[in-house]
Amino acid sequence: MSTVSRTVAPDFSERSRQAIGDEAQRTGIRGAMDFLQSKRKAQFPDPQELSDLRDLGAAIRRYALANLPELLQQLEARLTANGVQVHWAETPEQANALMLEIAARHQARLMVKGKSMVSEEVELNHAMQAAGIEALETDMGEYIVQLAGEKPSHIIMPAIHKTKQQIATLFTEKLPGVSYNDNVDVLIQIGREVLRKKFAAADIGLSGVNFAVAETGTLYLVENEGNGRMCTTVPRVHVAITGIEKVVAKLEHVALLNSLLPRSATGQAVETYQNFINGPRKPGELDGPEEVHLILLDNGRTQAYADPQLRATLQCIRCGACMNHCPVYARIGGHAYGTTYPGPIGAILSPHLLGFGAAYPLVTASTLCGACADVCPVRIPIPDLLIRLRNEAQANPQAARKALRDSGAKHHLLLTLVWRIWALLYGRPRFYRWFSWCASRFGALAPRHQGAWTHTRAPLIPAPRRLRDLLPQQNRLD
Amino acid sequence: MSARERILARLSQASASEPQPLPNLEHWQPRVPPAGSAERLALFKELMRSAHAEVHDTDEQTWPELLLDLARQKNVRTLLVGNGTDSVARLQSLDSETLHVMSYQRPAEQWRAALFEQVDAGFTQAKSAIAATGSLVLWPSSQEPRLLSLVPPIHFVLLEAHALHADLREAMRVEQWATQMPTNALVISGPSKTADIQQTLAYGAHGPKELIVLLCHSREVSP
Ligand code: SF4
Repeated sequence: MSTVSRTVAPDFSERSRQAIGDEAQRTGIRGAMDFLQSKRKAQFPDPQELSDLRDLGAAIRRYALANLPELLQQLEARLTANGVQVHWAETPEQANALMLEIAARHQARLMVKGKSMVSEEVELNHAMQAAGIEALETDMGEYIVQLAGEKPSHIIMPAIHKTKQQIATLFTEKLPGVSYNDNVDVLIQIGREVLRKKFAAADIGLSGVNFAVAETGTLYLVENEGNGRMCTTVPRVHVAITGIEKVVAKLEHVALLNSLLPRSATGQAVETYQNFINGPRKPGELDGPEEVHLILLDNGRTQAYADPQLRATLQCIRCGACMNHCPVYARIGGHAYGTTYPGPIGAILSPHLLGFGAAYPLVTASTLCGACADVCPVRIPIPDLLIRLRNEAQANPQAARKALRDSGAKHHLLLTLVWRIWALLYGRPRFYRWFSWCASRFGALAPRHQGAWTHTRAPLIPAPRRLRDLLPQQNRLD
Repeated sequence: MSARERILARLSQASASEPQPLPNLEHWQPRVPPAGSAERLALFKELMRSAHAEVHDTDEQTWPELLLDLARQKNVRTLLVGNGTDSVARLQSLDSETLHVMSYQRPAEQWRAALFEQVDAGFTQAKSAIAATGSLVLWPSSQEPRLLSLVPPIHFVLLEAHALHADLREAMRVEQWATQMPTNALVISGPSKTADIQQTLAYGAHGPKELIVLLCHSREVSP
């Protein structure tokens, strides 16, 4: 099974163009976004309650980040005392190597996976397959996407880009003895039967972590399907992998954050399963893994952490609400971004994971409308961070502080000059009046081809009369 | 230096943010009817049912009969129960030709195939429940192992009606979770479900297809 995405275009703008041209996908995503938006809205009928909850959610995450090194060490100590083995990885390669080492020790052949975006981030499946270990996604959406040889297009609803007819066809093609049926219940039961056999046979279960509680050494996982519980209970080894930012100080913080997470994510009041994992099987217990591991991944998160403003990126609880409300995401969908995390959160997180070389287009893919910040349950000021990241990427490489990977990579001399001149004109009323008079006078001379602007838009041509000339006239008429 | 030391060093070197106070959750009150009220119980039932769970009122005397009835209606032939509890003893006495009551006594890996393929329903007790979200709290143990509430396609749960907390945070506080966490604690809010195909809700994704709550009222307040 290949893990490569079906997208062919190498760059973001080409992929977005293709996505925008795909009418069926656009209709599907639009429908899903409308559905998720209205469900979220229905969950928060009282604006005051929502506002109070967001304040608390943000405070809990900020407190955790302000004390991150201490809390990580407390988490490690508590987990170790509970019998969980804690590992640290700076890079995806290190995370995969740790995973392979554990797998080799247990001569594992089959790994069942609960939903984990961090495992997508490190391309764990790829590393496992290269070592001859089957890495099977078991979340229904992820399973479908993996079977199709694609990647998730949404962090909460991975198969949001597929119709039930496409899935029925996929099952018919890929699963022996399955005939075409596009009834959703039937499709889910087919998946259930296939995957139950795999749960029973797997050597290792892999999961993500929604929150890791420093106070108690608890790995907290939420889900609706039960595959997360299967992966963390049936195989004799459970490995959890998560980013270093997912820690919270107190157990009760989890209770509060979870009154925001499912309501913001899918508009449901609560998930079916909240799973608190505190350690491996104790003597006398009859099930549960004999070994539990936690891999803590950095992969650029310390870069975001080092900057007082960009640190807010790490408050994220991965609810996906920002993408559900993003006008850009709604039009191009998740695959066009080409990164593990799409949408607004992907735009502010990816530069730290990948550098501006790869992630800069995402930073520009925003209208700065602010819808993401309005819905973010932990109040991350996403548009402010986007502007900051644009500035960092375009800074003069000589002057840039170099604190961020590839700072100044998108420095453009002409652009800088244009902005300088504009600042000069705009800051001096007399100059500006003269400039606008010239522009309206000689507007007809404006070029008809204006670079990228005119690829999809009409050329910009100054109006023959300026606003400042029209206004007095208008006022006289009133 | 190890990866751990380098990561921690980078975090510690980062400029300190403004000091953040430990968030105070005291002011946060769930909007739930008062403890012990009929309204709170009604809210719990309503939410559980809207999540596709069945809730049946019963009492200390009659719940095993009720379970037997429901099991018959649902064509349950093998009911998996825990071991060593009073409830289990009462259910085991109901073992018959038509309903095999089987006890979970051996480590799961010794009989995994049978567990996955031959059991129609599982029975556990709930530690308590949560009104605000319509949820059950389960603390699996060696007497009631973790898979008992996950693998069988039907899950019967016995819940004492008085053990109903306002919200999860209250349950954590009253039951002092932070100082005595079990290997695994669970909060369950319905049967297994998914909306991964075209946002269409389907039940019985990987866990139980049916969740059946036997709400046990103590004699004095039973309806
Ligand atoms: S940035 Fe905010 S809205 Fe977006 S996924 Fe993270 S928590 Fe949710």
